[in-house]
Amino acid sequence: MLIIKDLHATIDGREILKGINLTVGPGEIHAIMGPNGSGKSTLSYVLAGREGYEVTGGSVTYDGKDLLALTPEQRAAEGVFLAFQYPIEIPGVSNTTFLKYAVNAIRRHRGEQELDAMEFLKLVRGKTRALGISDDMLKRAVNVGFSGGEKKRNEVLQMAVLNPRLALLDETDSGLDIDALRIVADGVNALRSPERSMVLITHYQRLLDYIVPDHVHVLAWGRIQRSGGAELARELEAKGYAEFAERAA
Amino acid sequence: MTGSPDSAVADLDPIRAAAEQKYKYGFTTDIESETAPKGLNEDTIRFISAKKAEPAWLLEWRLKAYRLWLTMTEPHWAKLNYAPIDYQDSFYYSAPKAKPALKSLDEVDPELLATYAKLGIPLREQEYLAGVETGAAPMIAVDAVFDSVSVATTFKATLEAKGIIFCSISEAIQKYPDLVRQYLGSVVPYSDNFYATLNSAVFTDGSFVYIPEGVRCPMELSTYFRINAKNTGQFERTLLIADAGSYVSYLEGCTAPQRDENQLHAAVVELVALDDAQIKYSTVQNWYPGDENGKGGIYNFVTKRGACRGRNSKISWTQVETGSAITWKYPSCILQGDNSVGEFYSVAVTTNCQQADTGTKMIHIGRNTRSTIVSKGISAGRAQNTYRGLVKIMPKAENARNHTQCDSLLIGDRCGAHTVPSIESRNSSARVEHEATTSRINEDQLFYCRQRGLTPEDAVSLIVNGFCKEVLKELPMEFAVEAQKLVGISLEGSVG
Ligand SMILES: Nc1ncnc2c1ncn2[C@@H]1O[C@H](COP(=O)(O)OP(=O)(O)OP(=O)(O)O)[C@@H](O)[C@H]1O
Ligand SMILES: [Mg+2]
Repeated sequence: MLIIKDLHATIDGREILKGINLTVGPGEIHAIMGPNGSGKSTLSYVLAGREGYEVTGGSVTYDGKDLLALTPEQRAAEGVFLAFQYPIEIPGVSNTTFLKYAVNAIRRHRGEQELDAMEFLKLVRGKTRALGISDDMLKRAVNVGFSGGEKKRNEVLQMAVLNPRLALLDETDSGLDIDALRIVADGVNALRSPERSMVLITHYQRLLDYIVPDHVHVLAWGRIQRSGGAELARELEAKGYAEFAERAA
Repeated sequence: MTGSPDSAVADLDPIRAAAEQKYKYGFTTDIESETAPKGLNEDTIRFISAKKAEPAWLLEWRLKAYRLWLTMTEPHWAKLNYAPIDYQDSFYYSAPKAKPALKSLDEVDPELLATYAKLGIPLREQEYLAGVETGAAPMIAVDAVFDSVSVATTFKATLEAKGIIFCSISEAIQKYPDLVRQYLGSVVPYSDNFYATLNSAVFTDGSFVYIPEGVRCPMELSTYFRINAKNTGQFERTLLIADAGSYVSYLEGCTAPQRDENQLHAAVVELVALDDAQIKYSTVQNWYPGDENGKGGIYNFVTKRGACRGRNSKISWTQVETGSAITWKYPSCILQGDNSVGEFYSVAVTTNCQQADTGTKMIHIGRNTRSTIVSKGISAGRAQNTYRGLVKIMPKAENARNHTQCDSLLIGDRCGAHTVPSIESRNSSARVEHEATTSRINEDQLFYCRQRGLTPEDAVSLIVNGFCKEVLKELPMEFAVEAQKLVGISLEGSVG
């Protein structure tokens, strides 16, 4: 599904990713953990194609295609979805309008019929209830005045509606209260399928209690320092990242 | 028709064809027209007045204006840059040749009907009604002005039943001379400013509206202006009177063919609201803006002013300005009646080499008068966009209130946004607030949209429409959708 080989990337000439290797198979869930500033969000932005993040070496193959050759919107249309660590506010644009634009842009790209207002509403309604998103939130401007938790739930709603094949969730659990965490985790688990791969970036074991990953990786100082199964996360929770600091030094 | 974008020319010159496609109203109509000799002198004015069989007082008024205009100089205080205009190099009267009095639309030149149909403005009531029934078209009465004259007004009978007068100003001069004489020039005097004075001398047509006491106009009224003939200036004059306790919502739309030379448009709009009357005046201005190098396009020098003469009266201006090479326009309110309200909601989009200097004046004269100004300026390319506003509180305007909000959005780094607000307060009980922001289109927002599958063009269009939301929501619903699309189309290709 996703094969990252020796990926190097810089921001403003400063190297942040220093040779990432990672393979995500179809239907797999991978968790990436690691200290603040280690390059987790950078990796997700590079995969999504954000400007200003320059790839200086390595390759990323997605579904047999060179992912790095595609524009951000092409990647989205090919099924790559990024749930942002800090979701962006768009004043004056209602959540519904935004979602409808997104759904139909992707459908157009795939050569599918655009959804009309009724069909679209049906699709969205089916997802909002489970995520505890009110009609009022749909009418409000995208993320404007949303609480931290509401923003994260809104990202999961977008994911559910856009139905991606590779979901990158950057700290979607941060800032959630216990109940919201369960709602979000249930939402993500509901999307678990043999055709969909996920990369969860998180700092907390408690998310992984709900969404049990197939693999866990530690990203520190621009490299994957260690990989393991679900038990690695529990070990990290107990020991912290000190061991990797020595290794990187 | 000639110059249609999908004609053979398209094969020869794909770039030009693409450019023409973008401004989809750029076609011209081949129609026989009657034209006054080029240039401007007293004979031109006598010619226009005679053509329209005007009463002597009006010819006198025109000549007074003309003689004054000769002594005036073009104003240059606006932040606009253009080569001098040769006022002798323009035609001041061009009318589609037709029988003097049209009894029905069947007598309108079919080419003209086709032109308006192409612009999406059906002039046949029955076709329109069919659209209304199926929900495809809003209920709306139209006065269509083609070059210098009004060619058709729809739904006259329906409106007349309520005592509403909606016709061309030429017709009003014939049929309702007293009303015209009472109000013409009462808000914008012939001596007002260079362009308004020129308009007073040479205006050729425009719309006239009178809403009688206590009547709520049952449908939107609208005028569509179309400049077709080459080297022709368009000088229309609109006069709208809302009698006590009445309400009207009025919309004007404008388009012009694509031509390499600049064309002058100098209109005057006068609104009068008596006690408890409300006027909502919306404009979607899409004159040809010129090409990406600044060649061609309309020079739009317009004087629009509303007088809230009565107590509790209200005038609300909403404008979406996307076209014209140059826009010079300050729709204003004179808040004379106690408790009267003035509003100005504006979106001005400038791209390529377009220049807009626009804003409003709110003159508070009566007690408890209130005004609201919301201006959204968007610039891309090498365009310049200026908000210029004046809020004036006169000594008797106890408890006057104004709130002004001016936001500018920049796309790219070669364009400019400028805000020139002035406040003159001569009453200490007045409260005047002004907020202004300037921002660049936000990279985070663009990326967020693109990550969700939107193309950069759609992303910009969505973000800009969000930025303009407060203004667009003031438009009648049917037009808000059109305006949103227009804003998006205008900005196409401005990011890359
Ligand atoms: N736009 C930028 N300009 C300069 N430096 C940046 C920029 N974005 C990120 N960085 C730097 O890149 C490094 C990696 O940042 P990144 O956001 O990827 O970390 P992270 O692992 O996601 O951290 P966290 O756990 O705190 O979210 C940091 O040192 C950060 O300061
Ligand atoms: Mg991060």
